[in-house]
Amino acid sequence: MEEEDRMGLTYSAEKLRFSWDGKRDIFRDVSFSLTTGEIFCIIGPNGTGKSTLMKCMIDILEYQEGIARLDGTDIRTIDRKTLAKRIAYVPQGYQVAFPYTVLEYVIMGRAPYISPFSSPEEKDLEIAVRAIQEAGIMHLIDKSINEISGGEHQMALIARALAQQPELLLLDEPTSHLDFGNQMQVLSLIERLKDRGITIVMTSHFPDHAFMVSDVVGIMKDGSFTTIGPAEKVITNDSLKETYHVDIRVEYVEIAGRKVCIPIKNQPGCYCPVKG
Amino acid sequence: MDSVEHAPVKNNPVSSIESIRIPEIAYDLNVIKQKIHIARNVRILLFILPFAVMFWSLFIGRYEVEPVTVVKILLSQIFPMERTWTNADETILFQVRFPRIIAAVIVGAALSMAGAAYQGLFKNPLVSPDILGVSSGAGFGAAVAILYSTAAWMIQLSAFAGGILAVMGSYFLSKLYKSGQILILVLSGVIISAFFGALLSITKYVADPYEKLPTIVFWLMGSLSSVRYSDIYAILPAILIGGSILLLIRWRINLLALSPDEAKTLGIDLKQITRVIIVCATLLTAASVCISGIIGWVGLVVPHLGRMITGPDYKKLLPLTIVMGSSYLLVMDDLSRTLIATEIPLGILTALLGAPFFAYLLWRRKTGWA
Repeated sequence: MEEEDRMGLTYSAEKLRFSWDGKRDIFRDVSFSLTTGEIFCIIGPNGTGKSTLMKCMIDILEYQEGIARLDGTDIRTIDRKTLAKRIAYVPQGYQVAFPYTVLEYVIMGRAPYISPFSSPEEKDLEIAVRAIQEAGIMHLIDKSINEISGGEHQMALIARALAQQPELLLLDEPTSHLDFGNQMQVLSLIERLKDRGITIVMTSHFPDHAFMVSDVVGIMKDGSFTTIGPAEKVITNDSLKETYHVDIRVEYVEIAGRKVCIPIKNQPGCYCPVKG
Repeated sequence: MDSVEHAPVKNNPVSSIESIRIPEIAYDLNVIKQKIHIARNVRILLFILPFAVMFWSLFIGRYEVEPVTVVKILLSQIFPMERTWTNADETILFQVRFPRIIAAVIVGAALSMAGAAYQGLFKNPLVSPDILGVSSGAGFGAAVAILYSTAAWMIQLSAFAGGILAVMGSYFLSKLYKSGQILILVLSGVIISAFFGALLSITKYVADPYEKLPTIVFWLMGSLSSVRYSDIYAILPAILIGGSILLLIRWRINLLALSPDEAKTLGIDLKQITRVIIVCATLLTAASVCISGIIGWVGLVVPHLGRMITGPDYKKLLPLTIVMGSSYLLVMDDLSRTLIATEIPLGILTALLGAPFFAYLLWRRKTGWA
């Protein structure tokens, strides 16, 4: 694969600010940096601008202030095709107007490598098939994209992103709407991609997932990161309470071999101080 | 901790995820390649269809020419033969039937390609080539020309110009709204169509009801009955340019089925491909309409037929719409000149047979989207 020749990547964001109308900021003062093979997990409540930030990271939306750099170059100055070869984006929702087969859908990920006047060649087919296999959906290769389940579609989307042979993969809520089995499949795929040296940024509603796969966690609240660091340090009783406004206990569970987050149901919306 | 009692007992969180690694499914890339290869060969074979229909069409018509004579006349073009037929026979074959067959093939293919491309651009299988007002613009252009002149080339030129003008109107109107949404473009098309429709009504209203009005009405019904070689030569450049560009970019049209955000992150310049598709589809439609009049339903039905056969991938679909569209319109035109004693306008027939046919396709629910 071509990726093996690549040198690795750095991505940095400095003081990004985005606003739809120029009055109310969706996020501001957002800074972070990523290096090769790192998994950066962004958690935080609904509507804090996680998805918007992700769209700004790949130049779908234009931020108003700050600068995002890929290997030191302002991403806004990189043309779309070059960017598409290095960064792939898996959106939260999907829309397909016609019932393509999974193979036809995944091969669309080859677009940045195919000139406007030509079609996928055998090499592109091979890469797409390998991406489908990597995502574990070989059995769906001939199925219509409209006939597969939400979890399977998520895998097809990831396969399409892999067909782009990216160095950086942006996953917007890759585990939302998925059942436990599919959630674990996605997370295990993310682990395998990290092992292959792909840098991953993912947003999630589940702090648990950050314990499972992340290297770095950023908690986003009211449009900026409150803390960034390793999951062990960042995800605590206090930080979760501050973020979600409910009591959440972070406990080590021996049988799982890791910390898990348990929302305490009895007093939803409780602002009482957390003990211990 | 009852809820986690089924979790695997592992101390390392990473390995607990690793443990549900998906089983590798054996696959053979060569099998996939072979399947694709066979499907492609079948599609190439389908290209025989329009030629077969063209050949068959030479034999039918109101003026009786013996099938043997037709074959003889055809062979005489290649081999020197004794002349056993009249001049009228040869004229019917080469000056009447042949140009008409060629025109039907070209118009059918062009309208179908334009329809397929627009259905991709607008992400909607119910779109037809006149969505941006090309038909009403061309109708108005033709009507005005008929009002002032009867020269066939004037009517064609005016229809062509009217069609282009209407689409430009829709495109630039949509630009005024600065939204960039494809829906705005559709609505602009609706507005412009209504506007040119009204202009056409005015033209009909003021036209001389004994001479000009029937001509206008008949033109609007669509027909290939008076097509000559010169008409075909006149529209050929526009058809070739529009058609070949669409064929070249056909795989890219697939990417328009995704959300605009996804298409952008795959490196697509959406504005550019939108403009290219509109220009090409407009060239194809305006050029067709100016020699045939308004012929509906072909650009809507044929892409569906194609999707039923090969699926929505434009790499396969667009060449197939050429095959299906040319054959379909040619069969329709054959029917229009032979079904009853007088000619049935082609536009009437495509709708009369196209509508029930489309209803049947929907009923089958194999339309490739339902």
